[in-house]
Amino acid sequence: MKLHRAEEIWLIIGIGIIALSMVITGYQAFAQGMAPPSGMETIDPQKVDQTTPFDNPGIFEIGENEYEVVMILQAFSFTPNEIEVPVGSTVHFTMTSRDVVHGFQVAGTNINAMVTPGHIQKISQTFDKPGEYLVLCNEYCGVGHQMMSTTITVK
Amino acid sequence: MIATKLGISKSDSKLTMAFIYVAFISLFIGGLMGLLQTLVRSGSLSLPWGITYYQVLTVHGVILGLVLTTFFIIGFQYALMAKTVGISKKQRLYAWLSFIVMLIGTVMAAVMVLLGKASVLYTFYAPLQAHPIFYFGLALVIIGSWIACFVNFRQLYVWKKTHKDEKSPLLAFMVVINMVLWFIATLGVAAAVIVQFIPWSLGYAETINVLVSRTLFWYFGHPLVYFWLLPAYMAWYAIIPKIIGGKIFSDSLARLSFVLFLLFSIPVGFHHQLTEPGIDPTWKFIQVVLTFMVIIPSLMTAFSMFAMFEITGRRKGFRGLFGWFKHLPWKDVRFFAPMVGMLAFIPAGTGGIINASHQLNNVIHNTMWVTGHFHLTVATTVLLTFFGISYWLIPHLTGRKLTKKINNLGLIQTVIWAVGMTIMSGSMHISGLLGAPRRSAFSEYGGTAQASDWIGYQIAQAVGGTILFIGILLMVYIFLQLTFFAPKGQEEFPIAEEEVNAQPTPLFLENWKLWIGITIGLILFAYTIPFIDIILHAPTGSEPFAWPIGNS
Repeated sequence: MKLHRAEEIWLIIGIGIIALSMVITGYQAFAQGMAPPSGMETIDPQKVDQTTPFDNPGIFEIGENEYEVVMILQAFSFTPNEIEVPVGSTVHFTMTSRDVVHGFQVAGTNINAMVTPGHIQKISQTFDKPGEYLVLCNEYCGVGHQMMSTTITVK
Repeated sequence: MIATKLGISKSDSKLTMAFIYVAFISLFIGGLMGLLQTLVRSGSLSLPWGITYYQVLTVHGVILGLVLTTFFIIGFQYALMAKTVGISKKQRLYAWLSFIVMLIGTVMAAVMVLLGKASVLYTFYAPLQAHPIFYFGLALVIIGSWIACFVNFRQLYVWKKTHKDEKSPLLAFMVVINMVLWFIATLGVAAAVIVQFIPWSLGYAETINVLVSRTLFWYFGHPLVYFWLLPAYMAWYAIIPKIIGGKIFSDSLARLSFVLFLLFSIPVGFHHQLTEPGIDPTWKFIQVVLTFMVIIPSLMTAFSMFAMFEITGRRKGFRGLFGWFKHLPWKDVRFFAPMVGMLAFIPAGTGGIINASHQLNNVIHNTMWVTGHFHLTVATTVLLTFFGISYWLIPHLTGRKLTKKINNLGLIQTVIWAVGMTIMSGSMHISGLLGAPRRSAFSEYGGTAQASDWIGYQIAQAVGGTILFIGILLMVYIFLQLTFFAPKGQEEFPIAEEEVNAQPTPLFLENWKLWIGITIGLILFAYTIPFIDIILHAPTGSEPFAWPIGNS
């Protein structure tokens, strides 16, 4: 089977670009810590309220300009909601679902993570720009899905 | 043994038309639902009689994504097989059985969705729980399609027995690749439905493993899109050359690209689950790399198509750098509709590469961008090619002619579709980049500034959606004309031939054991370790939730 010369060149360039972009993507993901959120810890979805740290959800200062938000998602709200943090702070979100599958998205940032019952999801973000950020559930969770939102205020 | 006669008999026509009726009824209902969705989301309409946005969304997704596509494809493939390798009486009987089983399944699922007992969209979303009849219906649709798989396998097998040293007809080879792909892929979703969802919805199992159900679904969910795309590629590779008066660019290359689709479209489901917890990040990346391999056969296809256009044009004597392009038969709808679909695949494919790009997925995951993406791929590239096929296939089956008038209506239909989709999909892409979520009813999200930026684009989507619905009405009119009213006559079933001096196709391309073996090997490589990991580290299962979807 013989390929046309022009087609060989077309495929070599195409495959070359694919290979290069895979190397860059892999480097960013693993060497620079940009891999998509993949929390591996599990939790009993029927006992979320009795399991640490979710027995005490809230915002906790854990260092200088560093916060941990322990959050429970449920149809159709976030606990805690209306979060406030100072400009420049790094926030580590530790989340789980009390019921069905939810999504955690902060519009205007790259925060985008699935939160599924049975698993603990983690994602971090540094908020450098002040403003009010819309937090919303971006995975279908039932009739009130479009009402599931809150805000993060960065001052 | 009596050799089966090649070509489309009256009984074959009836068979394929049965599938096509279901496809066009689905197009109308699903399109109407799509229109309602864009209107609701623009904030200008609230649904009456307690119908919810998500019910409408479920109907739209299931009826267009599963019913229209699967019925059209299987019907079209039966016609291709009858034409190229023949069908026996017994095979035709089984083909009808596949139709009836699929239809019963579809009706069962549809009734449950319409009663509001199954607003679980088309990805099921455990632990949201639908009515058991919904899951039984889906299982029947899959089982019916398996009967079609085995009829097609048997058809090629019987042909091969009487044509020992010949290569199989290109279109029959392509149909069998697509059905092997479908069979291997649907094993995943069938396992989820039969082993997990049905016992759980009946109350025999108290809990369900959510991550396993999602992983099994996406093991199926990605090859599904190639199951839609490959019939369009069949038309591009082996039918369009005939329509424009050319020859097949390369039989071997066409077969090789189909083999590559079989190999690389299945072991890639994690790229739909990139932001999900519980899956090892290394395995997510490995499947991303495999996903990128599937770009290669599409690059090959793009080259072949344009090479074939150029060779054909130059042979006809059109000179200059782009003379061959200018003189393509733009006024023949059998060419124009699929060609517009082909051109749409350039931005569509590019968007797909962005979606699969690992961390880049975080920017657009579950936003309207994704909805914009697949309205270009399946709802433009694939659908316009299916329309392009319908313009000759339906009159061929019904013994009528594609008249000049209907041809021109088809040209208008294609332009309407391109304009409507550019507006709708374009504004979906932009609002997605700004953060607007997909699968959500209209919401002002407490009046925040960010959400108010999205509303203008949502109005644009409703404008595009309205134009598209006009396109659907016109297409349904064309369908009725071609089926019942067009003048009697004979319409050609165009199948392209190879060049007289074409190089022989290497035999290894038809080594089914080899390709299926490598396919299974790749699936085992990509899934065994992470899947065992998912099972070994499984959390306590989830109890059913029926109230959030109003099923209680």
